[in-house]
Amino acid sequence: MNLAILDLRRQKARFAATALGLGLLFAIVLAMGGIYRGLVEDATLLVDHMGADLWVVQRDTRGPFAERSTVPPELEDRLRSVAGVASARSFSTATIQRVHGARNLRMTVVGLSWPEDKGGALPLVAGRPLRDPHRELIADRSLGLPLGEVLALGDDTFTVVGLTQGMLSSGGDGVVFATELDARAILNWMAPEARRLEREGRLARLAATDLDSRVLEDRLKDERSVLPVLDPAPANAVLVRLRPGASLAEVERTLAGWPDVTVYSAQAQRDLLLKGVVEKSRKQIGLFRALLSLVSGIVVALILYNMTVAKTHDIALLKLMGARVSVVVKLVLNQGLLLGGLGYGFAVFLAQVAFPLFPRRVVLGAGEYIGVGVLVLVLVTVASLAGIVRALRIPPTLILAG
Amino acid sequence: MEAVRAENLHKTYGHGDTEVKALRGVSMVAHAGEVVALLGPSGSGKSTLLTALGLLNPPERGTVTLMGERVIDEGRAQGDLAALRRARIGFVFQKSNLIPFLTAHENVRLALALNDREGPETHARAQELLDYLGVGKRGAHFPEELSGGEQQRVAIARALAPAPQLILADEPTAALDSHRGRAVMELFRQVAREQGTAVVVVTHDHRTLDVFDTIYEMEDGLLSRSAQTA
Repeated sequence: MNLAILDLRRQKARFAATALGLGLLFAIVLAMGGIYRGLVEDATLLVDHMGADLWVVQRDTRGPFAERSTVPPELEDRLRSVAGVASARSFSTATIQRVHGARNLRMTVVGLSWPEDKGGALPLVAGRPLRDPHRELIADRSLGLPLGEVLALGDDTFTVVGLTQGMLSSGGDGVVFATELDARAILNWMAPEARRLEREGRLARLAATDLDSRVLEDRLKDERSVLPVLDPAPANAVLVRLRPGASLAEVERTLAGWPDVTVYSAQAQRDLLLKGVVEKSRKQIGLFRALLSLVSGIVVALILYNMTVAKTHDIALLKLMGARVSVVVKLVLNQGLLLGGLGYGFAVFLAQVAFPLFPRRVVLGAGEYIGVGVLVLVLVTVASLAGIVRALRIPPTLILAG
Repeated sequence: MEAVRAENLHKTYGHGDTEVKALRGVSMVAHAGEVVALLGPSGSGKSTLLTALGLLNPPERGTVTLMGERVIDEGRAQGDLAALRRARIGFVFQKSNLIPFLTAHENVRLALALNDREGPETHARAQELLDYLGVGKRGAHFPEELSGGEQQRVAIARALAPAPQLILADEPTAALDSHRGRAVMELFRQVAREQGTAVVVVTHDHRTLDVFDTIYEMEDGLLSRSAQTA
């Protein structure tokens, strides 16, 4: 005879509402873990996807994701000449925000090394890889751009030819892939008015000097000339792949001697991202999660305590009838476990239904579900102690008091 | 055969100025099949005696013997009193004290479940007892759906379920009208006769004293045997 269940039979609605409330709390605990995992996955997605063995960045920087890095244009060729290097390719990325139609479109632009990389290895869910070296984009579905959509970026228009799924930057923004040159053009684009002002400023500064350089003045006035400050910026990094059998440590040692670059293995780049970009979020989420767990525990304890108080008379009667301690403990504990179980079930249901609608990815694996399940079990068991202690202190003679 | 024997029970509450001697050397006996009444004014010690016999509130001194087995010796419990209560003693109270979230049938089965008796035979036993007490058709109802008299009958059925040797009843008819009160007292006598159970009833109701085999009167913690009616 399960007294816990028989008791709940008479207060189904109240119990269900309580379980629902607890479920919401547990769902938030679950979400915290999922949001953290989502942050980690988003942060390392590009590093993992680019498949480089080494990331060569500007000397003493932690670029290209953690901070700004620029590398000289000839670095690619220099790296190709290093023993053990199979390929080297420039890499540019930055997050931009543009007005597209009626909305602000925030996206991370990543350059693909044309013609070796046309985006064929990307997780395409619609469309095709790049076919043209210019004015084509592969966009993540999260940006809401349909195939064939035309975007004005910089001086050009670009057509979305392919769609990916789940390609997000560490900031959670959808990624668009263009050829490396297009990416750099997009990322370093300057408005015509800004260019004009820069030219005028330079002319004014030239006039203010005692230099009489007709050639320099002509160059400044010529729309076709290239101003060094307005040049397309160099790439942010060069990605290196090693030949099969080549020693990573050996190549790293060689590059460490170069004065203008710093080199990171893919793992080191991942660690930089996790410790730099994600670390504070991780701590914040971890603390928030601990706090939520504590609040959940207190709420469960109060609920179970009050449920026990409401049964004081019945527990006294059971004890008077000679019920074993285990019968009383089970009555309280089983209700706690039922409450926790139902709440957890509702939390899992919410996770399946509602979390995919969240603006940032909530990544939940079996480990997360099991972890929170165990947490709920521990919380409910510990929280039941308050009710159990109360129940065990109820004297059976209470019944005789009327 | 003696179902319960109490000898020289002493119980004191409070200290100093607030000290109350609830039991002052009380001795009594109830035989199997016998219905015993405990009379006395409020505060005379009746309920204290009942809790001592029911192994709920052991006396400081004295012995309680249940079916020949000494279970309290000079105020000290001899064994697991809770186990003795659930197997050998049934309780009936002024209010029925049924578990409100259990049906009448489940309330009776509860007394069996506490004694590790589960299964179809307990269903049959519960139904048999409810039928015996005239509430067989009310088994599926919750206590709040039963009248006071019906609730008390279910409580008696529950007390009888584990076939106890002793039933202790604390003013079981106080909440009933005289007709129903008498019916309950007669039910106790029937149970005592037919089940061989000793029934000790604390009562104020002098109109039903003819039902009892033995009547004790308590005053100021002292017990005296006042009359024997049968």
